[in-house]
Amino acid sequence: MNEFDQMYREVILDHYKNPRGHGEMENADAEAEGQNPLCGDEVSIYVAFADDGETIDEVKFSGRGCAISQAATSMLTEMVRGRKAIDVARLDKDELLEEIGIPLTPVRLKCAMLGLTTLKVALHKAKGTPLPDGLAGFDELELS
Amino acid sequence: MAVQAPKKRLDARAIRADFPIFEQLIHGQPLAFLDSAASSQKPRQMLEEMTEFYSTSYANVHRGVYVLAERATAALEGAREKVRALVNAPDVREIIFVRNATEAINLVAYSWGLNNLGPGDLVVVTELEHHSNFVPWQYIAGRTGAKLAMIPLTDEGELDLSGLDAIAAQGQIKVVATNQVSNSLGTINPVEKLVAWAHDQGAIFVCDAAQSAPHMTVDVQALGADFVAISAHKMCGPSGVGALWGRTELLRAMEPFLLGGHMINSVRLEKTTWGELPHKFEAGTAPMAEAVGFGAAIDYLQAIGFDAIEAYEHELAAYALGRLGELDGLTLYGPPADRRAGIVSFNVEGVHPHDVAQILDMQGVAIRAGHHCCQPLMQKLGVAATNRASFYLYTVREEIDQLVEGLHTVRKVFA
Ligand SMILES: Cc1ncc(COP(=O)(O)O)c(C=O)c1O
Repeated sequence: MNEFDQMYREVILDHYKNPRGHGEMENADAEAEGQNPLCGDEVSIYVAFADDGETIDEVKFSGRGCAISQAATSMLTEMVRGRKAIDVARLDKDELLEEIGIPLTPVRLKCAMLGLTTLKVALHKAKGTPLPDGLAGFDELELS
Repeated sequence: MAVQAPKKRLDARAIRADFPIFEQLIHGQPLAFLDSAASSQKPRQMLEEMTEFYSTSYANVHRGVYVLAERATAALEGAREKVRALVNAPDVREIIFVRNATEAINLVAYSWGLNNLGPGDLVVVTELEHHSNFVPWQYIAGRTGAKLAMIPLTDEGELDLSGLDAIAAQGQIKVVATNQVSNSLGTINPVEKLVAWAHDQGAIFVCDAAQSAPHMTVDVQALGADFVAISAHKMCGPSGVGALWGRTELLRAMEPFLLGGHMINSVRLEKTTWGELPHKFEAGTAPMAEAVGFGAAIDYLQAIGFDAIEAYEHELAAYALGRLGELDGLTLYGPPADRRAGIVSFNVEGVHPHDVAQILDMQGVAIRAGHHCCQPLMQKLGVAATNRASFYLYTVREEIDQLVEGLHTVRKVFA
């Protein structure tokens, strides 16, 4: 397998070309907008909770970005549907990285994390829980 | 009888041999380095001069009375004179060493802006500015109550000067600040015209020459500007040093920017008085070896000749635009080759610049992908990012060919 195929494996390109959960949502229960200051990419995430107010019923995202950021966000929507907001807000990033399954340089890691970070901010804001270290700055600097 | 000297043509292949960086393979491929607009590579001659300075003449400057301090002082001041000659400044005391062009612009924005701007005043920049020549003005305008106005762009990525009167009607223009060459589109801006306009309005003109000084003659007297900012690292010099040129009268009237050692005349508990130019603006230990390297880089470039460099980069830009034009699904931004420096920005349909740059890197081709510190411009173009290939005196056509080959692979991966 050559380097291109390793990085841009079929599943990544598939999620990029046919993103799951792409679109906007009116009256979302949680939403946030994130930007990657390195490249200017933007993503907005919308979440609807189930009747229990805790379970993630639906996630959508819109915005623009590279194949890695878009595919990662698309995979994320599939990963978190049906899970508890509180768990997703604390999701270990390795879980997403495993799903992505390709080696990432530090710059591309930021691309891959854009969706997850934005989703966490959305959930913390909706639940009124304090943003963990690292996300606090994100909210203030990039989400103004 | 005056005989016109034959125009020297630059020999990029010979020049390239001066740059050790090209002696390696990247991902098993020869390096195609197409990101000189971000920072240039370094010639051996410059590196050796810095090493020589550190090895034989290093000590802190100015205050020492021993031989090494004298040598170091002479080296620093020698470099200052080289910068003066580079930009044809009338007086060497008008050359202030700073960290980079960004710091030079901040110096003017703070030291001049805070005392000269207020409500009703206008600071005029363009949609084509690097964040370095945008954010400081936006911030200082905000702090002083002045307004920021923008000169817009035409669809070809050139400044649209048709609306200047309308801008002037919005308030009292105090500063016009533009770049001479755009780092993202390569546009060469009509600085002389804008200087004349600024002076008609009673405004000062600040020229961001970070992207022009490496590639063409920048003559501050011919330009007529009031301040000019440059960075050494983009012109074969080391990182960590740049220069601000400013008119003596303006510099004298300004407050200092950074405070501390070396910039003073006398320090008393009651009152401190500022040193003479340029020291008033050079607080703290100077970037001595970096300045020496800057001087060596200037020597290197002048020996080749800025006319030859500029002409060669035009050739490369024309060649690149032609080759990239062969590719389907490619959008090129910016003016035609004869009106731009050696910078080409483009997008590949359906492929984000990060992905383009990543796949190119795997083939040994280094380009930049992103907003190039020009988010207002990206907004105007309606994109988040572009790809940018930029050239310098060591660039050879094979590197552009390697780029085009690489772009075919990009298309295949994303087909
Ligand atoms: C047009 C322009 N202005 C200013 C700068 C800032 O230069 P520096 O980062 O050296 O301060 C750059 C560098 O990218 C530039 O291209």
